[in-house]
Amino acid sequence: MAPKNRNNRDVTPSAASTAQTSATSSGSTPQAAISNPAKPAVNKSVSSSSSSSSSKQDWNAVVMNLANSYRDSTPQRTKLIDAFMAFLVVAGTLQFLYCVVAGNYPFNAFLSGFSATVGQFVLTASLRIQTTEANKSDFPSVSPERAFADFVFCSLILHFFCVNFIN
Amino acid sequence: MSVDSLQTLANVGKGESTRTTLRVVILFLIAGAAIASRLFSVIRFESIIHEFDPWFNFRATKYLVANGFYNFWDWFDDRTWHPLGRVTGGTLYPGLMVTSGIIYHALRTLTIPVDIRNICVLLAPAFSGLTAFAAYLLTNEMTPSSSAGLLAAVFMGIAPGYISRSVAGSYDNEAIAIFLLVFTFYLWIKALKQGSMLWGALCALFYGYMVASWGGYAFITCLLPLHAFVLICMGRYSTRLYVAYTTWYALGTLASMQIPFVGFLPVKTSEHMPALGIFGFLQLLAFLDYVRSAIPKGQYQTFLWLFAGGTFGIGLAALVVATSAGIIAPWGGRFYSLWDTSYAKIHIPIIASVSEHQPTAWPAFFFDLNMLIWLLPAGVYLCFQQLADEHVFIVVYALFGSYFAGVMVRLMLTLTPVVCVAAAIAISNVLDTYLSAKSPKPEDRLSDEATDAAVKKAPKGGLKSTSKPFVGVYSIFSKGAVVGAMTIYLLLFVLHCTWVTSNAYSSPSVVLASRLADGSQHIIDDYREAYQWLRQNTRDDAKIMSWWDYGYQIGGMADRPTLVDNNTWNNTHIATVGKAMSSREEVSYPIMRQHEVDYVLVVFGGLLGYSGDDINKFLWMVRIAEGIWPEEVSERAFFTPRGEYRVDDEASDTMKNSLMYKMSYYNYNTLFPPGQAQDRVRGTRLPEVGPTLDVLDEAFTSENWIIRIYKVKDLDNVGRDHASASAFDRGIKKKKATKKRGPRVLRVD
Repeated sequence: MAPKNRNNRDVTPSAASTAQTSATSSGSTPQAAISNPAKPAVNKSVSSSSSSSSSKQDWNAVVMNLANSYRDSTPQRTKLIDAFMAFLVVAGTLQFLYCVVAGNYPFNAFLSGFSATVGQFVLTASLRIQTTEANKSDFPSVSPERAFADFVFCSLILHFFCVNFIN
Repeated sequence: MSVDSLQTLANVGKGESTRTTLRVVILFLIAGAAIASRLFSVIRFESIIHEFDPWFNFRATKYLVANGFYNFWDWFDDRTWHPLGRVTGGTLYPGLMVTSGIIYHALRTLTIPVDIRNICVLLAPAFSGLTAFAAYLLTNEMTPSSSAGLLAAVFMGIAPGYISRSVAGSYDNEAIAIFLLVFTFYLWIKALKQGSMLWGALCALFYGYMVASWGGYAFITCLLPLHAFVLICMGRYSTRLYVAYTTWYALGTLASMQIPFVGFLPVKTSEHMPALGIFGFLQLLAFLDYVRSAIPKGQYQTFLWLFAGGTFGIGLAALVVATSAGIIAPWGGRFYSLWDTSYAKIHIPIIASVSEHQPTAWPAFFFDLNMLIWLLPAGVYLCFQQLADEHVFIVVYALFGSYFAGVMVRLMLTLTPVVCVAAAIAISNVLDTYLSAKSPKPEDRLSDEATDAAVKKAPKGGLKSTSKPFVGVYSIFSKGAVVGAMTIYLLLFVLHCTWVTSNAYSSPSVVLASRLADGSQHIIDDYREAYQWLRQNTRDDAKIMSWWDYGYQIGGMADRPTLVDNNTWNNTHIATVGKAMSSREEVSYPIMRQHEVDYVLVVFGGLLGYSGDDINKFLWMVRIAEGIWPEEVSERAFFTPRGEYRVDDEASDTMKNSLMYKMSYYNYNTLFPPGQAQDRVRGTRLPEVGPTLDVLDEAFTSENWIIRIYKVKDLDNVGRDHASASAFDRGIKKKKATKKRGPRVLRVD
């Protein structure tokens, strides 16, 4: 991701804010949930790596680099999307923990809540990928506006199924 | 035709809009041909539902139309699987019935009064037209040449491998499922190529429709992850793949869980785990991809190895733990039988007993696909030459599909689409190469003789292999020979398809056809005769016991409760019926009383030479019963000491005393002169003395003796057992009516 590209996308501000709204609203419905397998896994591998043979310093450098490049080269709107994704991960993890600790009794409810977060997460991730400048060549036919419309459409289907399945 | 008109005709094909029009017209003609070739059964016989499963679908559709969607969804059917009943609404794939229900109501709204039966009969042909269109779309994604798409549509329309399950009247799940299969694949390719969430969502929606329609949806569930996995292994991970796959999986899985019959399976069974695994894997890849773009390369290496190794280990451990802890169900029996073809025979006779679950004999490939089968490798090879993401799909699908088609006859159906696509790519490549490797004159486009012009001109378009000019190809002779040969093959293919369709796949199997000596057709209608008899002469809730094959037909045509039917969800119940059929009367009678059986129905082909009868299926009944009661039923006892399966004098005592044998041959020898009774299926002469039946009364025998129905006797009035009661009756009869065959029997006693 080239740093010089930051902030030169011309998505309308309303689009970004709508994204945030729709995200929040979907998050605030009772179903929420997890998961990106990636993020928890990151923590694990980071911690395991520190105990492993590779030097801690290497890792600190890698993580620092990652954080820096994220801070420097990510447009504000993408950060909003990321915040939403982080929220979904938290919501999903909570649901999953609840399922592990307190049992999965209304399995329908757990599944639809959990799938809602997972589904929303991947849809948001897809939106993020499609609206990122650096990936533009991968998606010749998908403009950011189109990506957002697709995102809304897919989210509607997703939540329709979830609500239908929740019992 | 004058030169002028030829010229104008040739020019017509040049404009883009006229080409589009032509394409549309051709597609409509193809749909017409696809529908027409499936109407043999209606023309030869009548507009009737075929075979076994369609009768259930038909009955369920009628229920849906009559009672509305919600009642259908919650349908508990107490007229099957007596006394257990069946939660029908939760154990069927509702897609087919709902589709015809929608069509029915739509037509009603348009004030077209059409019978639901005709919708059901003609649904499969109508959808075959759509399948041809879907094949066209799918092929167009593979190759720029639209002729390939049209060829694929033709092949799809008339390939016997698909017709076998979609003739008019074959109202089965596959009727719409193959269209959905092909269309889902098309949407998947589209989603993958564009990396679009919208197409991914459409793909998921059609996948959901497919799940609602056919158990074969697992094929898509496994094929798409496999495709994604192969792409990843080839180093072709892209953000487009991420978007397409995750959208499809997240929405598609949720969609599939809406079907009660599928329910939690997508998160619980191993068949669905590859899809989930690839889904998780793609998240990792996307994350790694992001990290790679963010940090320097050297650091990325260390990061990658630890990260990937750690995650893989954790994932594997989780999978093993989950499987061993029973959270994820182990693979189902039907699935094992896909890997080990003898698995089912050993462990689950009920699966092995179904003929469509048998491994495919190799001539079946040629029979069902004709020349397409040898064009398949050529098409796959051409896909290798270009090998974009979508071509990988065809390659993967071809390998996967051919394996499964080889394992199970029924899965020929899932192979057919890819064979059609690959063959169309191959043929259009050959034709494009040889037809358009010259010709500045547009009117020469389609005529072989006119290809002499412009031999020196460099070929436009065409195959990559022609990029090296090879002079020999441009001569009239080579072009004429190749194009002529191809044309002849194509014509032969059409002939073959028509022949196969009309001769092999158009029989309703409810109605049989035979030829009289003068060549005219004679319809044998014993099934419907017998079912009609049941409908008119028995109580509304009279329970009919028969082998499970006929359960759906009895439910659909006779509208009477049955003990077991083709749903086969309860193996023990089927084994109970098998035991009743294969045991002595004294053993069977209590079983029948306990299940409140009023009538017993058997199919007997001995008089007519109809080989699909119960005596030929008898060993399966024995095997299935033996699986549950090994100490009471033994398959060995039904064979002669020399290990032969016989029904004549030499048949074993167990065989001769089994209820099935007695019901089949009861009174049969009265049709013949003494000692001349002949079984035309087994080709043997029967014992001179026919079997006696103590606990059953013969109630009905159809015209050609194909269906025989027996009434179960009530308990004896004065408390005798049935054997002595009927012996007594025979004794009485002897005094009263000497012309009955009572005396002979008595002497034997």
